[in-house]
Amino acid sequence: MQTWVDAVLVLVLLLNFMALSAGRLRTLIRAVTVQGVLLGLLLALARGKWELTVLVMAGATVILKGMVIPRMLFHAVREVVIHRETEPVFGLMASMLLGASGTVMALLFSGTLPVVHGNIGSLVAPAALSTVLAGFLILMTRREAIAQVVGYLILENGVFVFGLLLMEAIPFLIELGVLLDLFVAIFVMGIIIHKISREYSSVSTRMLSELKE
Amino acid sequence: MRDVGIHILLLLLLPPLLPGVIGKTKAFFAGRVGPPLLQPYYDILKLMRKGSVFSVTTTWVFCAGPVVGLATALLAGLLVPFGGHRAPLSFPGDMILFAYLFALGRFFTAAAALDTGSAFEGMGAARELTFACLAEPALLFGMLVLAKLSDSLSLTGMLAGGYPLELGVTAPALVLVAASLFLVLLAENSRIPFDDPNTHLELTMIHEVMVLDHSGPAFGLIEYGATMKLMVTGAVWLRVAMPNAAADSWLGWILFLAGLLGLAVVIGVVESVMARFRMVVVPTFLVAACLLSAFGMVLLVR
Amino acid sequence: MVWLLILIPLGFGLAAALVSSNRWRPWLVTAGGLAHLVWTGWSLFGGLKPALAGWLALDPPGRIVLGLVSVLFAVCSLYAPGYLAERRERSNRVFCACLLGMLSMMTLVILSQHLGLLWVAVEATTLAAAPLLYFNHTPRSLEATWKYLLIGSVGIALALLGTFFMAYAGLGAGEEPTLLFGDLAVLAPRLSTPWLHAAFVLLLVGYGTKMGLAPMHTWKPDAYGEAPGIAGALLSGGVTSCAFLAILRLYRICRNTSEAAFASHALILMGLLSMAVAAVFVIRQRDFKRMLAYSSVEHMGVLALGTGLGGLALAGALLHVITNGITKGVMFLAAGNIHRSYGSKWTEDVQGAIRRLPWSGSLFLAGFLMVTGSPPGGPFRSLFGILQGALQGGHTAIAISFLVLLAVVFIGMGTTVLRVVQGAPALSPDPAGSREKACLVVPILLLAGLSLWLGIYLPAPVEQWLQGAADFLEVVPS
Repeated sequence: MQTWVDAVLVLVLLLNFMALSAGRLRTLIRAVTVQGVLLGLLLALARGKWELTVLVMAGATVILKGMVIPRMLFHAVREVVIHRETEPVFGLMASMLLGASGTVMALLFSGTLPVVHGNIGSLVAPAALSTVLAGFLILMTRREAIAQVVGYLILENGVFVFGLLLMEAIPFLIELGVLLDLFVAIFVMGIIIHKISREYSSVSTRMLSELKE
Repeated sequence: MRDVGIHILLLLLLPPLLPGVIGKTKAFFAGRVGPPLLQPYYDILKLMRKGSVFSVTTTWVFCAGPVVGLATALLAGLLVPFGGHRAPLSFPGDMILFAYLFALGRFFTAAAALDTGSAFEGMGAARELTFACLAEPALLFGMLVLAKLSDSLSLTGMLAGGYPLELGVTAPALVLVAASLFLVLLAENSRIPFDDPNTHLELTMIHEVMVLDHSGPAFGLIEYGATMKLMVTGAVWLRVAMPNAAADSWLGWILFLAGLLGLAVVIGVVESVMARFRMVVVPTFLVAACLLSAFGMVLLVR
Repeated sequence: MVWLLILIPLGFGLAAALVSSNRWRPWLVTAGGLAHLVWTGWSLFGGLKPALAGWLALDPPGRIVLGLVSVLFAVCSLYAPGYLAERRERSNRVFCACLLGMLSMMTLVILSQHLGLLWVAVEATTLAAAPLLYFNHTPRSLEATWKYLLIGSVGIALALLGTFFMAYAGLGAGEEPTLLFGDLAVLAPRLSTPWLHAAFVLLLVGYGTKMGLAPMHTWKPDAYGEAPGIAGALLSGGVTSCAFLAILRLYRICRNTSEAAFASHALILMGLLSMAVAAVFVIRQRDFKRMLAYSSVEHMGVLALGTGLGGLALAGALLHVITNGITKGVMFLAAGNIHRSYGSKWTEDVQGAIRRLPWSGSLFLAGFLMVTGSPPGGPFRSLFGILQGALQGGHTAIAISFLVLLAVVFIGMGTTVLRVVQGAPALSPDPAGSREKACLVVPILLLAGLSLWLGIYLPAPVEQWLQGAADFLEVVPS
C-alpha cells in the first residue's frame, strides 16, 4: 500500500506542475479535478483497510473535489468568463520554475522533520508542503478570480495530503466538517465571482483595485 | 562479434525506414494511401545522384555542416546499445560524449546555416539553439537518473536494465524520465508538436529552415543524418521505457526492431492527433521536460 | 446544556431565513441575541457541564470571550431593527440569518475544546461574515468581500495545516491520539519539538490572519471600511476576539514546552509590528471607517503583546479583550450613524457631526477617547495593566515603545476624529438625515456606559473570571 501511496503522490505533484504551467482556465480546473479524484484514492490507499468510514470519506472527497466543485468552476468559466486564458504576472515558465524550486525546498525541509509515527509512504509530508506552496504560487500570481479559487483549492489539497498521516488521530466528523467548509467556501466564492463578472464584465481581479491606501 | 555486426548494419540501413513508417501512419490517419514505406530511401538515393550548387558566399563550414552532422549521429549510434546488447563502443562517462556529440552536430549545422549569410537561416539557427539549451538539461538529468539507478556511467551499463523497480520510488522516477525523454526526442528530431518536418518556407519552422541552402548529396547527407539521429534517440528511449526487456539473443534483436517500429507508429499517431505548438509555448514544454527528469532525480536521490 | 448556547442563535437564524416579512425579521435577531444573553448569563454564573466527550466545554478564557460576545451581540441586536428599518429598500433575509449564524459559530469557537472542531467553527464564522460585508451591494463592498474571503480562507487553510502538524506532533506522545486542548497542554513536554514549532508558526499565522495581526491585516481596512457599522462592530469585537481565544489556547500548550520563549517572542514581535503598522496608516487617514480598522489592528497588536509578555500584562490583555470589544462597538455603531447621515465616509465631506448628530457625534468622540486609552474609559484600565506588566517584567524598552505607539495612534486618530466631529456641517442640515432615532442611539449609549463602568469599577465576578483565566493560562498544567 505504501508504495502505491507514493506513486499516486508523484502524480499529485505532477498535477501541481500542470496547474502552474496552465495557460487556460479549463486546463487549470482539469488539473485540480484530477487531483481531487486522486486524493480520494489516496485516502482509501493510505488506510489499507476497506472500512466503511474510510470509504465514505473517500467517496465524499471524490464527489466533492472531483465532481461538484469542478463542475461549479467549469460552469463559471462557461457562463461568466470572457477571457478564458490566464497567465501568471511573470509568465508561465517562471511560475513553473518557482514551483519546482518550491518542491525541492519542501523535500529538503521535510527531511529535517522527524518521523514521529507509523510511516505511510515517505513522500507524504514533502508532497503536502510542495502542494501547499504550489497553491500559494497560483493564488499570488494569477489575476483571474477563478484561477485564484483553483489556487486555494490546491492549497487545501496540500493540507488534505498531510491529513493522510493522521488517519487515526483526526476523527471522522472533523474531516467531514473540513470538507463541508471547503465546499461552502468555494460556493460563496462562486457567488462572488458571479457578482464580480456582472459588475465588471470580467473576472480579473485587476479590476478590484479601488480599495487601497 | 555477431552482435556488433548486426548493430552496425542496422545503424546504417534501418534509419530511413522510420520516417517511412511515420509517414504511413500519418497517411492512414488522414485516410490517404501515402508514399511507399521505402520512400525516404528513394529520396536519399535520388539526392545522392544530383549535382550540388554552392553559394559563392559560403566557405568550407557550409560543407562541413552535413558531414559533421552525419558523423556525429553515426558515432553516437555506436555508443548506444541496441536492445539488450552491448554497444560496439563503451567506456565510463560515454554518456557525456553522447550528449556532446549531438551538441557538436547541432553546432555545425547551425554554423553552416549562418555561413550562408541569409537572415532567414540565421533565424532558424537561433531558434534551434534556444530550444536545444532547454532540451539538453532534460537529457542530462534523465541520464543522471539512469546512472544513479544502474550505478554505471557508460551508456551500455545505464541502459542494460535489470535494476529493481519499486513502485514507490524507482518506477515513478523512470516513468518521469521516459516522459521527459520522449519530449526531448520529439524536440531533437523536429517533430510535431515542436516543429513540423513537412513545412518549408514558413516563418515558424525551426530545423528545416536551417538547411534550405543545401542541395544534392549534401542535403542527402543531412536527411540521412537526421533519420539516424531519430533512430539513436529512439533506441535510448526504448531502453528507458522497457528497461527489463533484456534478451541477449536473436529475440532481443527482434524485440528491438519491433519496439523501434512501434515507436515510429507512436510518433506518427502523436503527429496526427496534435497540432503544432505556438512558438512561444515551446520553451514552456521543454522546461516542463527538464522539470520532469529533474523531479525524477530528486525522487531518487532524496 | 452547552448545546443550547449554539442552537439558540442557530434556530433563530433558521427562523429568520424562513420568515417572509422584511419588517419583522430583524426582531428575530433581537430575540435571538437576548435569548443568547440570558442563557450565557445562566451558564456563566451557573456553570456548564462539558458535552460530547469534552469537546464542548467552557474554559476560563472562554468565559471572558463568551461574556463579551454575548453582550456585544445583544446590544447590536437592539440596534439592528432600527438600522434595518432605515434600509427597507433591500431584503435583509440573508443579513439577519448570517448575523445569527455568525453568533452561533462564534459561540462554537468559544466552546470547542478540540483543535479540529475549533478550526471548522472559525472557518464557518468567516463564511457567515462574507454576506454581511456585501450587504451594501456596491462594487467597493464586492472587492472588500472578495479580499476578506480569499485572505481569510487562505489563512485559515494554513491554520488547518498547523492543526494537522500539532496532531502529528502528538501522535508519538500519548497513548491515544488527541486534539483536545486540555490533553495537549498536559502532553506538551512530550510533543515532538520540530513539529510543534512548525505547528505553532502555522497556527499563529492562520489565526493571526483571522485576528488581523500585521502583516496579515490587509483585509481589515477594506472589510471594515465597506461593511455596515453593525457588521464592523461584531467583526472587530467578536470574531477577532474568538481568533485571539484560539491563540490563547495555543499559547497555553506552548507554555509547557521549550517553545515557550519562542512563542512569547513571536507574539511580542507581531504585537509591536501591528501597533506600528496601525500607527503609520492611521496618520492622515481620510476615511474614518478605515481608521477604525487600523485602530482594530492596533488593539489586536496590544492583545498579542500582552499575551507575549505574560504575568500582569496577560491579565491586562484578557481585560482588554472585553474593554476593546465593547468600545469598538461604540465607535463602529456611531460611525455607521454618521456615515449614513452624510452619505460619505471621507473627512472632506463629513464635518461638524456633533452639531448635525449631537448624540452619535459625541458618542463617536467619547469612543475615540476611550479606545485610545484615556481615563476613565475601560481600555485605560486594561492598557495600564499591560504597561504595568511590561515594566514589572523588566521590559522597559518594550514598555516605552508601547507608550510611544499608543501616543502616535492617539494623535493620528485624533486628527481624523476631530475633523469629523468639529466644524460646521458643510451642507445645510437635511431634516431627514439629521434626525436621530432613539433606537439607533440608546444601544450605543449602553455600550459606552458599560465601557465607562468597567473603567471605573471592575465588578467582582468579572475580576474573578479574569483571575481564573490568567491562572489557567499561566499555571503549567500537569
